Amino acid sequence: MSSVHLNNIVKRFGNFTAVHPTDLTIPEGDFVTLLGPSGCGKTTNLRMIAGLLDPTEGEILIGGRRMNDVPIHKRNLGIVFQNYALFPHKTVAENVGFGLRYRDVPKSEVPGRVQAALDLVQLPDVGSRYPKALSGGQQQRIALARAIVIEPEVLLLDEPLSALDANLREDMRVELKRIQHQIGVTTVFVTHDQSEALAMSDRIVVMSAGRVEQVGTPEEVYNTPASTFVANFLGASNILPARCIGRDPDKIRLQVPQFGVVPVPGERAPGVGEGAAKLVLRAEKLTLLGDGADATGLITAQATVETVDYQGQTVRYFVRLGDTPLQAINMIDTRPFAAGSTVTIGFRPQDCAALQGE
Amino acid sequence: MMGGLGWNLIRGWTLLVYVFMFLPVAVVVLLSFNASQFGSFPMTGFSFRWFIELTQNDAILRAFRTSIILGLLTALISTTLGVLASLALVRYRVPGANVISTLLIAPILVPEVVLAVALLLFLNFLSINKSFALLLAGHVIFTLPFVILVVQARLVSIKRDVEEAALSLGANPVQTFFQITLPLMLPAVLAGALFAFTISFDDITGTLFWKPGGVETVPTQIFAMLRNSISPEINALGTVMIVMTVGLPLLGAAIARQMARKSGT
Repeated sequence: MSSVHLNNIVKRFGNFTAVHPTDLTIPEGDFVTLLGPSGCGKTTNLRMIAGLLDPTEGEILIGGRRMNDVPIHKRNLGIVFQNYALFPHKTVAENVGFGLRYRDVPKSEVPGRVQAALDLVQLPDVGSRYPKALSGGQQQRIALARAIVIEPEVLLLDEPLSALDANLREDMRVELKRIQHQIGVTTVFVTHDQSEALAMSDRIVVMSAGRVEQVGTPEEVYNTPASTFVANFLGASNILPARCIGRDPDKIRLQVPQFGVVPVPGERAPGVGEGAAKLVLRAEKLTLLGDGADATGLITAQATVETVDYQGQTVRYFVRLGDTPLQAINMIDTRPFAAGSTVTIGFRPQDCAALQGE
Repeated sequence: MMGGLGWNLIRGWTLLVYVFMFLPVAVVVLLSFNASQFGSFPMTGFSFRWFIELTQNDAILRAFRTSIILGLLTALISTTLGVLASLALVRYRVPGANVISTLLIAPILVPEVVLAVALLLFLNFLSINKSFALLLAGHVIFTLPFVILVVQARLVSIKRDVEEAALSLGANPVQTFFQITLPLMLPAVLAGALFAFTISFDDITGTLFWKPGGVETVPTQIFAMLRNSISPEINALGTVMIVMTVGLPLLGAAIARQMARKSGT
């Protein structure tokens, strides 16, 4: 396994720039997710690392070696594709053993290594079957086994879970993370699903329109978004225009028209100076308070419930505070508030983040 | 039942149309087993006599050999070229791919006589004499579209990521082709080859124009024999032709189905 470096990588298709100059370091053994909406360049980056696309400019290093002119079949990478891409005319064992034929693996060792890979993905008994006899989830496990049996330097996962249905997807998520942890391979995972990214990654690279918006741990990108885009893409956020009116050692004070002064923790407002700013208030952190609820330490206001989107354990409210529409996602254990009612909304200032304003 | 009579009339009519179309073929097959000298009813007895005479007729045997060799070479060349052309058109960005594609398919849209005369005039213009190679070239030109159409359709349905997976596992592009792409498109390749062989085997229009003097294929041999007399041998030869041109594709289809079932594609 190896680290991956992208040095000033650019990819253009004709006049269209799919990836603007990008620097990225993926440390050895890390699970790094490229996250963003479709068309943000995440798959283009993955395909350049894989060698399926040539970068227009810049350098790709894997394990410190320049890879630009190394064709894909000499890069020793494991790739798992969205639609499994198993060989339909070969048995499962032949599929898994395919990569070993092109390596210096003695023939006598092949069955053992294939079996070990099948054991790892918890499908030890399907070696003699053809892929079409397996379910989608099983096929994706076989695709994973095929990619890791060759002991790749880097494992590349191109939206491997998106073709599976919801329940299976959550199981596979846990499974994938377990296997990656067990073999410790450097992994690049591409997805548009923020909950997959948050649950699985050591680091998340949030991308938008061919540029990297933010690189950080799941906690960092979730709690301290570096841009409005990141704040909105990872969960729902309320973003309110504000003014920074002072900077204390550990917090900054934001003047927000709707709520008055909000003291935001300094570490969650990197680079915000005095003047125009934005308050980032996550929908999960905005609470609708019932009668007699304890509001100590909360900043509160009166608002009107407009729409109630009941989701079982949670409920999503669309409320109006004066002219400002806000979203709140609350856990509920009894009945949700009714649309049209006037409620007190509140949040803890330490749960907020701040961005530089325009 | 409502409309019962109408439906029965339509059924009956359809049946008659088929009888009209296939009865002559059936008659040829039937009469080829007739013992009599004269190819007419009533049959005087059942016999393989005319088939045996076929095997003793040097002209027919020579024509048969020519047809088989011509058909096999046509199938081989057409399939090879067709597979390569399809790969280029489907898997790579080729400048002018649409024009090339149209040109390759065009021979089946142009009437065969026109194509035959055109090729002949062209070679006359270049002062090249008629030869077996020219005949072969002609057959390749007008069987190629069938191969390309069949193989292209199959190739489009083979996902690129299956090949990319093989490459990522360490197979080079040539190994990927022989390990993955070719086996997956093999049913189409075989179907194309069979098309090419049978079309070449029973072609007469182009062959009449292109064949050098003294070379006969089975269809041109039958044609020549018909001009002299209607010998019962022709019936026997016709039967053999029917068995080959109908039987081969059926056999091919059965094999392709078998392969598809095994590989699950």
